[in-house]
Amino acid sequence: MATEENKSDAAGSGTQSESQKGWVYLPLIAGWLVPGGGHFLLRKWGRGALLAAVILGMFVMGLTMQGKVYAGVHDILDILGLAGDLGNGLPYLLARMMGVGADQVLVTTADYGTRFIVVAGLLNVIAAVDAHNLRTGRKS
Amino acid sequence: MGNAIFQPSHFAAVVLFALFASTVFGITQRETPPRMIRYGIYCFVLFVASAIVLSWVMYFIAR
Repeated sequence: MATEENKSDAAGSGTQSESQKGWVYLPLIAGWLVPGGGHFLLRKWGRGALLAAVILGMFVMGLTMQGKVYAGVHDILDILGLAGDLGNGLPYLLARMMGVGADQVLVTTADYGTRFIVVAGLLNVIAAVDAHNLRTGRKS
Repeated sequence: MGNAIFQPSHFAAVVLFALFASTVFGITQRETPPRMIRYGIYCFVLFVASAIVLSWVMYFIAR
């Protein structure tokens, strides 16, 4: 599959650029683990920096609003929240290890913060898929 | 992180949310920088405008 994609890329653009080399799913995984990392791998420095700033900014802002970091799952909404949080990749794991974020929503802004953290994860997934699309040539 | 707590108003939270989301949408959903900027601004305006409109709708429903 990856080899076929590589061949079609090469056929379409003549020669493969430096950023198009390597495992085809690497930008996707790097982009998930580190916000903007997939774009950095593809040498899209500006886009990567902007994505990293926005996603990390939203994540940190969510934490400073005392947003809840989902750890255990108790009902279906918690599962969805945890799935969104996991989209943040390493920042989520670091937050869990450092014990930042609230266990319970106690103030109004904490509810906003919880949504900020979940949406930062979802936006990070979109950014990682975008890096994958750039890598496969689906997007230029 | 410490005890730093950020407590924006509801509207400030909406504007920040719209800013972050529309930036990512602009970068990921369009291919050239001018179109990214245009689409990002379009998404931002839609986010904020729909929040204001829905707020007024809820205000009148609650009365």
